[in-house]
Amino acid sequence: MFKILKYSFYDLIRSRWSYVYFLFYLALGFVLLFLNNDLSKAVITLMNVIIVLVPLIGTIFGVMYFYSSKEFTELLLAQPLKRSTIFLGQYFGVAGSLTLSLALGLGIPFVLYGLFRSEAIWNFSLLLIIGSFLTFIFTALAFNIAISNENKIKGFGYAVLLWLFLAVIYDGFFLLSLIVFEEYPLDSFSLAATMFNPIDLSRTLILLKLDISALLGYTGAVFKQFFGTNLGLTVAMGVLLFWTILPVFRLAYKSKKKDF
Amino acid sequence: MIKIQGLHKKFGKNQVLSGVDLEIDKGGIFAVLGPNGSGKTTLIKSILGMVVPNKGSISVLETNIKNSWKYRQEIDYLPQIANFPGNLRVKELIRMIKDLRREQGNEERLIDLFGMQPFLDKKLSTLSGGTKQKVNILLTFMFDGPLMILDEPTTGLDPASLIRLKELILEGKQKGKTILITSHIMRFVEEMADEIIYLLEGKIYFKGSIEELKNKTGQTDFEHAIADISINSADV
Repeated sequence: MFKILKYSFYDLIRSRWSYVYFLFYLALGFVLLFLNNDLSKAVITLMNVIIVLVPLIGTIFGVMYFYSSKEFTELLLAQPLKRSTIFLGQYFGVAGSLTLSLALGLGIPFVLYGLFRSEAIWNFSLLLIIGSFLTFIFTALAFNIAISNENKIKGFGYAVLLWLFLAVIYDGFFLLSLIVFEEYPLDSFSLAATMFNPIDLSRTLILLKLDISALLGYTGAVFKQFFGTNLGLTVAMGVLLFWTILPVFRLAYKSKKKDF
Repeated sequence: MIKIQGLHKKFGKNQVLSGVDLEIDKGGIFAVLGPNGSGKTTLIKSILGMVVPNKGSISVLETNIKNSWKYRQEIDYLPQIANFPGNLRVKELIRMIKDLRREQGNEERLIDLFGMQPFLDKKLSTLSGGTKQKVNILLTFMFDGPLMILDEPTTGLDPASLIRLKELILEGKQKGKTILITSHIMRFVEEMADEIIYLLEGKIYFKGSIEELKNKTGQTDFEHAIADISINSADV
């Protein structure tokens, strides 16, 4: 698997898109620091961007890479390599290079600004960890969509819909159900509903760590009680990990049954 | 070498292979023929494990290929359409395939033979169709496995390269390899093949030498004999 990973990674590092992505984060980091003039505030602004943008880029990039590397995949399939090796190698190549772009692009401006001498370093690290999780999760979901859809347009469509659903529509439903059922105790419901959406989960996690849970209003206290503890943090990370592993397993399983 | 029993494959509603039985147990050149859409490529891809059959079993070199991948080390496959990752250079591609197969190749000789030296540092996306096919041939023939599968190997080649390709194939035959070829160029098949495997509507319609085929159809010319099968079977 590591050989495939190496070649996919190598291929991506030389493609224009990795640089575009890297430069975008680099510019974003510098601009935010320039405008906010304060590390902690920049981290909060950055969170809002990362929560929405990282999943989108992971999804689009994942689908795009899967379809455009069709030839490479077919070349590999005729070689003495295990199928799951080929696809997992490609997946980790894509997710790895995206994560690297993210970490370097944001890391450089923050480090230059004096991150290591600041209190914000833990918050910033959490932000990067969550950004990496989201990249891995959404690239895996994108690969799953692409492997199940021969038709590129359909694949792209489903991928964008998935992102739209988890980033925007899900919250709408969530809020709506909170209003409709406001007479009932909703603590466990809202906790569970948050777990089922990696974007919501990440957002909640960061808000609580940044100690701005007041933004969460009614359920904020419940969340704080739960996520604020070490147990809560562990559970949340576990769920994110679960969100990563599940699609990766499905990818390995699906790849065994597909015709090329 | 290759043993196929009751192979069935369906793509959606389209039944491509319906009960292929085939046994090849010696070296030589075997031409897999048949009209468009008769399942030649599907058969080849099933042997390579790229297509998963619905029913039936395939053994290559005495091992059942289901869920197996190591056997592909013994197969040198030339795909029909030579598409490669465009970002790579020819030299890098050669190195990558050797690395992935953990095998040494004798590419130097082939590079000289096909005059590929000036293209080694070019990116694959910039090559012409014929040159890509030469790269394709190079990647296939630089290894020395006992089984060779060539899907339309003559596509896009100039006459000089075609002659060299034929020499390479004959050289493989002399080494005792089993070589499966599909082609629509009947003169090429007639010149090269020891045996014909004719696929029709997902089944093997005929397997035997060119002489036997001519006798069976009552034609003296090979091309007409092949055409005869498709016309007569269309009547049935």
